[in-house]
Amino acid sequence: MSSAAPPSENFKLSMLLSDTRYRGMSLQVITFIIFMAVFFWLVDNTIKNLALLDKDVSFNFLWLRAGYDINQRLIPYTADSTHGMAAIVGILNTLLVAFVGCIIATVLGLFVGILRLSKNWIVAKLMAAYIEGFRNVPILLWIVMVFALLTEFTPAPKAFKGAEPEATMLFFESVAITNRGTYFPAPIFGEGSSFIFICFLLSIFVAIYFIRYAGQKKRDTGKSLPTVWISTAIIVLPTFILFFILGKPISLEYPYLKGFNFKEGLHLRNSFIALTLALAFYTSAFIAEIVRAGIMAVSKGQTEAAASLGLRPNRIMNLIILPQALRIIVPPLISNYLNLTKNSSLAIAVGYMDVRGTLGGITLNQTGRELESMLLLMGFYLCVSLLISSFINYFNRSFQIVVR
Amino acid sequence: MKKLFFGVLTAVALAAGGTFAGTLDDVKARGNLLCGVSTGAPGFATVDDSGKDIGFDVDYCRALAAAIFGDPMAVKFVGLTSAVRFTALAAGEVDILARNTTWTYSRDTDLKQTFLGVNYYDGQGFMVKKELGVSSAKELDGATVCVQVGTTTELNLSDFFKENGMSYEPVPTADNAESQQQYLAGACDTYTTDASALHGTRVNLENPDDHLVLPEIISKEPLGPLVRHGDDNWADIGRWVLNALVIAEEKGITKANIDSWKDTKDAEIHRLLGTGSDDILAMVGLPKNAMYNAIKASGNYGEIFENNLGATSGINIERGVNASWTKGGILYSPPFR
Amino acid sequence: MTKIAFVRKHAIPPAAPPITEVGAVGWLKQNLFSSWLNSILTILSLYFIVIMLWDFIPWAYGGHWNTKSLRECLDLDPDVACFSVLAARWKQLLFGLYPAEEYWRPTLTFIFLLLAIVPILFPKFFKFFWFSVIYPGLAIWLLWGGSFWSVSIVYIGLALGTLLFLVLIRSYIHNYVIAALLSFGFTALFFFIASDPIVKTLDTILPFSLPFVESLKMGGFTLSLIVGITGIVASFPIGILLALGRQSNLPVIKMICVGFIEFIRGVPLITLLFVASVLLNYFLPPGTNFDIVLRVVIMVTLFSAAYMAEVIRGGLAGLPLGQHEASASLGLTYWQSQRLIIMPQALKISIPGIVNTFIGLFKDTTLVSIISLRDPIGLASTIRADQKWNGIYWELYVAIGLMFFIFCYGMSQYSQYLERKLKTDK
Repeated sequence: MSSAAPPSENFKLSMLLSDTRYRGMSLQVITFIIFMAVFFWLVDNTIKNLALLDKDVSFNFLWLRAGYDINQRLIPYTADSTHGMAAIVGILNTLLVAFVGCIIATVLGLFVGILRLSKNWIVAKLMAAYIEGFRNVPILLWIVMVFALLTEFTPAPKAFKGAEPEATMLFFESVAITNRGTYFPAPIFGEGSSFIFICFLLSIFVAIYFIRYAGQKKRDTGKSLPTVWISTAIIVLPTFILFFILGKPISLEYPYLKGFNFKEGLHLRNSFIALTLALAFYTSAFIAEIVRAGIMAVSKGQTEAAASLGLRPNRIMNLIILPQALRIIVPPLISNYLNLTKNSSLAIAVGYMDVRGTLGGITLNQTGRELESMLLLMGFYLCVSLLISSFINYFNRSFQIVVR
Repeated sequence: MKKLFFGVLTAVALAAGGTFAGTLDDVKARGNLLCGVSTGAPGFATVDDSGKDIGFDVDYCRALAAAIFGDPMAVKFVGLTSAVRFTALAAGEVDILARNTTWTYSRDTDLKQTFLGVNYYDGQGFMVKKELGVSSAKELDGATVCVQVGTTTELNLSDFFKENGMSYEPVPTADNAESQQQYLAGACDTYTTDASALHGTRVNLENPDDHLVLPEIISKEPLGPLVRHGDDNWADIGRWVLNALVIAEEKGITKANIDSWKDTKDAEIHRLLGTGSDDILAMVGLPKNAMYNAIKASGNYGEIFENNLGATSGINIERGVNASWTKGGILYSPPFR
Repeated sequence: MTKIAFVRKHAIPPAAPPITEVGAVGWLKQNLFSSWLNSILTILSLYFIVIMLWDFIPWAYGGHWNTKSLRECLDLDPDVACFSVLAARWKQLLFGLYPAEEYWRPTLTFIFLLLAIVPILFPKFFKFFWFSVIYPGLAIWLLWGGSFWSVSIVYIGLALGTLLFLVLIRSYIHNYVIAALLSFGFTALFFFIASDPIVKTLDTILPFSLPFVESLKMGGFTLSLIVGITGIVASFPIGILLALGRQSNLPVIKMICVGFIEFIRGVPLITLLFVASVLLNYFLPPGTNFDIVLRVVIMVTLFSAAYMAEVIRGGLAGLPLGQHEASASLGLTYWQSQRLIIMPQALKISIPGIVNTFIGLFKDTTLVSIISLRDPIGLASTIRADQKWNGIYWELYVAIGLMFFIFCYGMSQYSQYLERKLKTDK
């Protein structure tokens, strides 16, 4: 057993199992063989089954005409486009709902998590009810219910008609909330608008550079600059000035009522809004708990020590509590983003055409290519999740307190 | 792991048979028929308050079970959503799929299935609120349409609007109930699905008279039972049980009067009910009185229709094209000879 | 010497505090209106609560309970809830299509479940742990029925195998691996050769069986509980192994474990369920076709095992390194130190995480409706397909949501209680 055993000892077969020097290796070899055997068994079965059903594995269906319409699309798509195109539309829709959902969920979660710690009894209880309510009911139910609520409690487009309409548009006749979705003014990009974009991007870079410079200066001299105001000014002012110099190349196109529906403008469909909101509400309940736990995990001694150094409350929050709490908050926060993305695969419940609705739903149903569609679908979700989890690992490596 | 092991032991192991050849033998060996139906389609398949399976498709399967075993209860109903129905059939989880499924070319060929015939000629229609002032589907240009995703309905809708040079905005929904909820709340101007379902839905609306099912039927939706490719004998059995129900209606044989036909001069009836001398059903491996049992199970086609879709059921669908050819419909069975 | 004009001989009785500081008013002031910001928040919250309840209360309070169909409800008063559907169908929502005369079986199974959890949660009752061990078999027998002996034979076989292992270790072979292999082989042989005849003999001598209920009949909350609880229990040992494998310094094992965990956690459960319902037939030998509930349970088990592994890994990471080193310095082997030192502590700190995983899993069982199992949500669509209830929408969802809420909220409260309890005894 001793690791200091002399190497002259004769090798016996039983040592493969009993000697700690070899046991690990033989265990690995056995595991590997079993793993490969199972893998080939599965592949072999699949081949046999496919042969039996007279099917083949082919991704050609991706280049066939899809034949179905998708109402929400970020890129041009018609019923004559291919199944592959439909899948891409679905992927973009998934990413869109995940992105917007994550932002709303984070904001709401922060808000609710902090208010949950409020000394105001009714607010704290209300937030607790919010958290428990959303956390303890299946997301599928929430998606369906939010969708139904949205359609039942918002006016139909025809309510906007007539001399004395039952409903009016908000924000100076520019936003219409109807039970078919919300209509916003859409930006129209005229000549010269590309300059404004370039200017805007440049300002962002300058602002980032400035924030770094300010941070460096604070570390060197201890003096802090009003970073927020200056960087906001850097981002906003040049773009704004250029906008007027170029003669307002970007204008807004307002939605208006025509026939059955509102026309023009940016149309956010109810399915999208409901799905995003339901996912955001549900996830924000988890995020709120994470935020609360993160803030409470920073020991009270830290606050007191900072106060005894003479720091003001908001600086205690910014310089002492938040940096420590963030270290605890961020990893589970990101894994909640991942959960939100995966939960968005329930989009079909409200008819939002995400990638599971197109590739894993209608395409699969029409072409009968279950194996191929599911492979692609799982591959997509895996890519997203690997990206996100590699980010978590990066964060952990760079920000975690190093033990020893 | 332990728990899994127990599970395996208690699992129902259904040997599906390597090539799916002898489905009838498998069914007989098992002692019951596995019939894939919808998890919930009004009039076609659902369970009632007491947990009993009811519906148009359910009754067809009962007739088939009665033909094989002489017992309409020797059938297990497997509820299937539209997403998994074809794979369940292909994998042998069910012997026959009677799940208001539209017979199309690609389903027949590409998905390797055999349709046994048509038990219900459906078609896609539109329902609108009367206050909209629309009387024809051709006036729906620019309308918002609620449509169930993943069905042929969606494709027909796209084709119909394209053909007529109209535009529309689809609001895809997960199921009929959601379409209905969206339509009632006004989130869509019109709602489209198979006309049978539209009628079934309209009856239960708060004020049925405020709603109108438009006269246009924009697609052919021949619904029928189907089986896997490759077992012709099994397909024949399913097909001729369906035909027997139709013939029974033509001849006026009902569940109630079926025993009073022993002395009829009609040779076809004797062949059908197994009261004659020749036993033609032995050719497919069924008992001589198989069709007698099938009709006895839940009545002839007309009775099944009436009980599940017609006035008795509360859905109030007219027979229309689904009437026997002798009464102006297009139900026409090949002779039982 | 100054003359003292007045000396108070008795203490003044304490004055009553100002009315604004005590009682309801004081409470209000301190908790709701302590600052203008707080006051605004309070008023906003109250406004919000009123808005939420304004429509809901009259709708729910005046609901019909005794009508025969939705049509009757609408004819009576279309503006209130039609809870009659729950009155007619609550049994289906709870038990699915389980035969009505056998409802006592799932009920008893549930009661036994509560009893079986007790020894695990409360060390005081640990002497009843044997009940927790026999519970899984008992539950399966009660739910699915069939011969009592076909379930108990599994226990007999496993008990014989364990006995053999202990005997071998104590007296003959001192190598764990070989002893384990031998007794495993014996158990396998027992199941393949001896179990069938024994069950048949017992069945003829002492027939003891319940009517068989097939999985097709399982549904409602019973199904959710079956899938959820089996998934969590079965995934527990797998999760521990995966967590250890992920921390292992054997690269092949680590790679397989990491690959498995990341794969499962990377894809939505619904795709895995889809694999279970649609693709599993491709991966298994031609002609294999087994129970859909079992397939779902297997997939759910694999799914929660990956999450469980991460929870337990968190617990392992939460232990100070000194524990590993101390146990190694005592001369304990890897498995000894895991069993005696590491796992008991790691599992203890992971309990809240495990409960949370369970709550998540239990909620996720609603997804089985998409692959046509009749869980509460799946049943909702079946119920609506009945012409009598065609058009029912909110009533079913509200009821189902409420049931899930009660169950999950109870669980999460319990997990928080555990969390507090574990914190104090540090």
